Amino acid sequence: MARVGVVGIGHGVFGRRSDASVQELAFEAFRLALADAALEPAAIEATVIAAVPEYHKQRSIAGVVQEYLNLNPKPAWLTEVACASGSAAIRTAWMAIASGLHEVVAVIGCQKMTELDTPEILALMGRVGDVQWESTFGTTFPGYYALFARRHMHEFGTTAEQLALVAVKNHHYGALNEKALFRKEITLEKALASDPVASPMRVYDCCANADGAACLVFAAERRARAISRHPVWLDGVGCATASMSVLRRPDLTGLPSAVEASRQAHAMAGSTPRQVKVAEVHDCFTIAEIMAYEDLGFCAKGEGGAFIADRQAYIGGATPVNVDGGLKAKGHPIGATGVSMACEIVNQLRGEGSKRQVPDADLGLTHNVGGIGQYCFVNVYRRD
Amino acid sequence: MFEWFGRVSFCSHTKVTDFACHLRAGRLVASRCVACGHLAYPPRADCPACLSEDFTYHEISGRGTVHTYTRIDAAPAGFETLSPYVIGVVDLAETGRLLAWFGPSIPESEIAVGMPVQVVPRLFEEIEEIRVYYSLERPEAPGAGAV
Repeated sequence: MARVGVVGIGHGVFGRRSDASVQELAFEAFRLALADAALEPAAIEATVIAAVPEYHKQRSIAGVVQEYLNLNPKPAWLTEVACASGSAAIRTAWMAIASGLHEVVAVIGCQKMTELDTPEILALMGRVGDVQWESTFGTTFPGYYALFARRHMHEFGTTAEQLALVAVKNHHYGALNEKALFRKEITLEKALASDPVASPMRVYDCCANADGAACLVFAAERRARAISRHPVWLDGVGCATASMSVLRRPDLTGLPSAVEASRQAHAMAGSTPRQVKVAEVHDCFTIAEIMAYEDLGFCAKGEGGAFIADRQAYIGGATPVNVDGGLKAKGHPIGATGVSMACEIVNQLRGEGSKRQVPDADLGLTHNVGGIGQYCFVNVYRRD
Repeated sequence: MFEWFGRVSFCSHTKVTDFACHLRAGRLVASRCVACGHLAYPPRADCPACLSEDFTYHEISGRGTVHTYTRIDAAPAGFETLSPYVIGVVDLAETGRLLAWFGPSIPESEIAVGMPVQVVPRLFEEIEEIRVYYSLERPEAPGAGAV
């Protein structure tokens, strides 16, 4: 099978972007990606937009973005699987190219989350779970991850300090990322003293909503080699689902969809978890990153807490994770996040990570979760 | 009648609407597939095992053990005045799981993973219209087990 390569990346500044509309955010990322690929807009044969519609006042956002990019009448469509929408867009771009339908496809993740006022956000927050049997008791998104955290602590002795150490690491790297929402280091003490949200998790265990966009340009192998001097290959794509409800999830110490998606991606790429030199994982909450270490095979089950405490997820450790700051420090514009992760992996595999560069990075992985693992996409990228 | 279920209802139409009527009458019910006998909690009209749409309600004991829990400090719309509240996920004795608040018989300091609890059907007495729910109580607490 012919390979599919990334030939251009563009990443906007994440944060409270009261200076821009969602299509303007998309344009920023698109412009950067085209410049990176040295391509004219006419080279783009189709656009896959990733965004979660309920955060936008504007309905049918793909049409609005496609028009603003001046790409009519080229095809465009939207992918949506909650916080994993960006990786769903990447997967469909891979399909579109691998099928032979298109040769050059742009993927744009964009989200403006600060358009909604606080009551609207609180109403949305109350409907993240199974609304028939769970939301009736006031469940929240951090509350669900807190249920995992409590169980993980019970079974494996994971501690609140270990959770907070994930935030300390991600803020450390976020401080070095000019595109990140939070560019400040934090201390363990500060994290542990922050306000409670859903026990055992506190404010610093949670990522923040943000506005932002990111763009990737994918091309079929022959075109990719012609366009780019350093294409990065999407060699393994994995995707799996798990139950919506925690009531139908036998094990609440990990995400079965992540384990399965990882297995698929490595099987396709012919790689193993130990070969991953740099990973971007979905740290919407600190416990999510600890579970990801285990689900992705970076450490054994139950040892995720020790993995961060021993600094194995730092550059120089066994598997550097989220060296761009992760969702925690970058901010989490939900439609853009999966695309942002891939941008960072491409950046690392090109060796252009500057102060955040992982030495000898030749194989990278992204792990993008929708909800509490209802959807999970794991992708493996390689350089030549 | 399913809009009876919960303080804030997001699901007024379902094929298992009689669940709320049973709860109002003090009974916690699962669904049982008439075709293959599959027992499910929460109840469901359509059998995931054999695809049959023929089901009956089956009363269950409400006994269970706490699988995990969290105290919600940052509450969503409709629950602001209740926070903080503690939510538990319970492995039911007969089948399945249930999510509910801990009731007054179990102070937060005594909540632990693995502790036995009794699910008790309840009515929101401070709300004028009919609103039913259930809470997690100490098995020997007054009212518990009286369903």
